[in-house]
Amino acid sequence: MKQLRCPLNGLRNISEFIYGGEYHDVPDYRSCSSRDWSEHVFFAETKAGWVIEWWCHLPTSYWFLVERNTVSDEIRRSFPSSDLYQERVDFSRALAREKQSE
Amino acid sequence: MPFGLLKYGLRQQYPAQHQFTPSKKLKKHYDVVIIGAGGHGTSIAYNLAKYHGITDIAIIDKSYLGGGNTARNTAVIRSNYLTAEGVAFYRESVRLYQGLSNEFDFNIMMENRGQLTLAHSDAAIRSFRWRAEVNQHLGVRSELVDRKTIRELVPNLRLSEDARYPVLAGLWHKDGATARHDAVVWGYARGACQRGVELHQLTEAQGIEIEQGRAVGVRTNRGRISCGAVVQAVAGASSMVAKMAGLQLPIQSFPLQAMVTQPYKPLLDPHVSSPHVHVYVHQTSRGEFVIGGGSDPYPLYHSRATLDQKEKLAGSVLELFPFLAQARVLRQWAGTTDMTPDYSPIMGLSAVKNYFLDAGWGTWGFKATPICGKTMAELIATGRVPKLIQPFSLERFYRFEQVNEAGATAASH
Ligand SMILES: Cc1cc2nc3c(=O)[nH]c(=O)nc-3n(C[C@H](O)[C@H](O)[C@H](O)COP(=O)(O)OP(=O)(O)OC[C@H]3O[C@@H](n4cnc5c(N)ncnc54)[C@H](O)[C@@H]3O)c2cc1C
Repeated sequence: MKQLRCPLNGLRNISEFIYGGEYHDVPDYRSCSSRDWSEHVFFAETKAGWVIEWWCHLPTSYWFLVERNTVSDEIRRSFPSSDLYQERVDFSRALAREKQSE
Repeated sequence: MPFGLLKYGLRQQYPAQHQFTPSKKLKKHYDVVIIGAGGHGTSIAYNLAKYHGITDIAIIDKSYLGGGNTARNTAVIRSNYLTAEGVAFYRESVRLYQGLSNEFDFNIMMENRGQLTLAHSDAAIRSFRWRAEVNQHLGVRSELVDRKTIRELVPNLRLSEDARYPVLAGLWHKDGATARHDAVVWGYARGACQRGVELHQLTEAQGIEIEQGRAVGVRTNRGRISCGAVVQAVAGASSMVAKMAGLQLPIQSFPLQAMVTQPYKPLLDPHVSSPHVHVYVHQTSRGEFVIGGGSDPYPLYHSRATLDQKEKLAGSVLELFPFLAQARVLRQWAGTTDMTPDYSPIMGLSAVKNYFLDAGWGTWGFKATPICGKTMAELIATGRVPKLIQPFSLERFYRFEQVNEAGATAASH
């Protein structure tokens, strides 16, 4: 069986993982238009070649990123999301604001 | 009514028939260029030529006629979907299929075998009841059936109470059918070419030319073609071709695998599908068991077959039909399927003028071949989006108006 290296758990069978979609920049929810947001939610580049994508190791619920080729199915590297995200997105403030305006 | 078959029966000799001639020279200009010579592309061309008098058409394919998912699908035709929009659309396609051999004067081997979907949980029974109501309301033959009826419909199905997932009930869809997938694309291509449409194989679209927001030409490996309109009908390659026109789609492309056994004597009439154990199977008129339902767990542009899926499909089908343990697998294959978030297609206009989309057919587009050709041709010829396909516009994702057929497509056919 194909194997994938998890930054937390090491090399595991691919059946322990679930694919979570391509990685792309998340638009700023405070300022983006509803059109931008729907593109973020639904649309994908679906590129042929090297891409970066989200994967999750299911038994440990650990989300991380993988660089993979969507034509040859080779995996080049996997790395923790902290390599790309240093800041925590705080949705609670946005939710509170929404409640206020209701 | 055509008498082709009668004439054939009265003949003394049966020389090989030449169906149509692929074109040699690519012209500089066509009214319409259709990218993709699968069932959909040829059906659009056929309908444009026959019903709208538009014959200056080139169908171009980077590979060969009907060699994409049209050649790879398991040929399940049905209309027992969940949403009113979906049911109305697929119902019309099933109706067109019923008359297609006559329309072509060419046998597409339509077989009204019926389709039985199995429920192994209370939740599934509830959703079947819902589907049956929607279906019946829209004139589709679909009903909830109990285990006794299932036993009568499919005597060889394992109905044991101590199966891992015992069968509790079924959704019986009498309109379910299969047809010879290759014959469908050949019929459309022949009919289109007889009316002047040109088929250009080994002709790859490599770029779309856009001037002032309007599609005006297609760059190919055989040179540039200018045109009045472009249609993309390329299934698994949808995102790549749309990108040439500067468009992004809500599509991810996954391989879908299926396999077929050696032929055996006839013992299974209906198509049997189980979203729960995730497999579907029917026996063709040649006797082979066609086994499908295996989407790869992540996107890939490849049509390789894997041992993982072979094991999965075999394990699942043995849950339903243990006697198949004796059967030998003849062939296993895959096709790249263009999956949308709501399991409904993307059809119609795009942000580029005169650039038409026929995409997002995922694992379910063979059954839509006739209605897709009819509605897309009407759109291209008149500029008006036919009512039947309005719900499937790309714009629906911006309005958060998805047409959710995920539940009714769970076993991928
Ligand atoms: C294993 C499997 C089982 C399936 N089972 C069912 C089923 O039971 N029932 C059902 O309804 N559907 C089923 N489907 C889905 C169905 O096969 C497809 O939705 C349908 O065949 C799509 O038809 P099409 O004509 O749009 O695409 P295709 O037949 O794939 O044709 C597209 C063509 O475009 C060409 N092309 C691609 N890129 C370019 C380019 N740049 N330039 C020129 N040409 C290009 C390709 O070579 C190809 O010939 C299944 C699919 C698979 C893979």
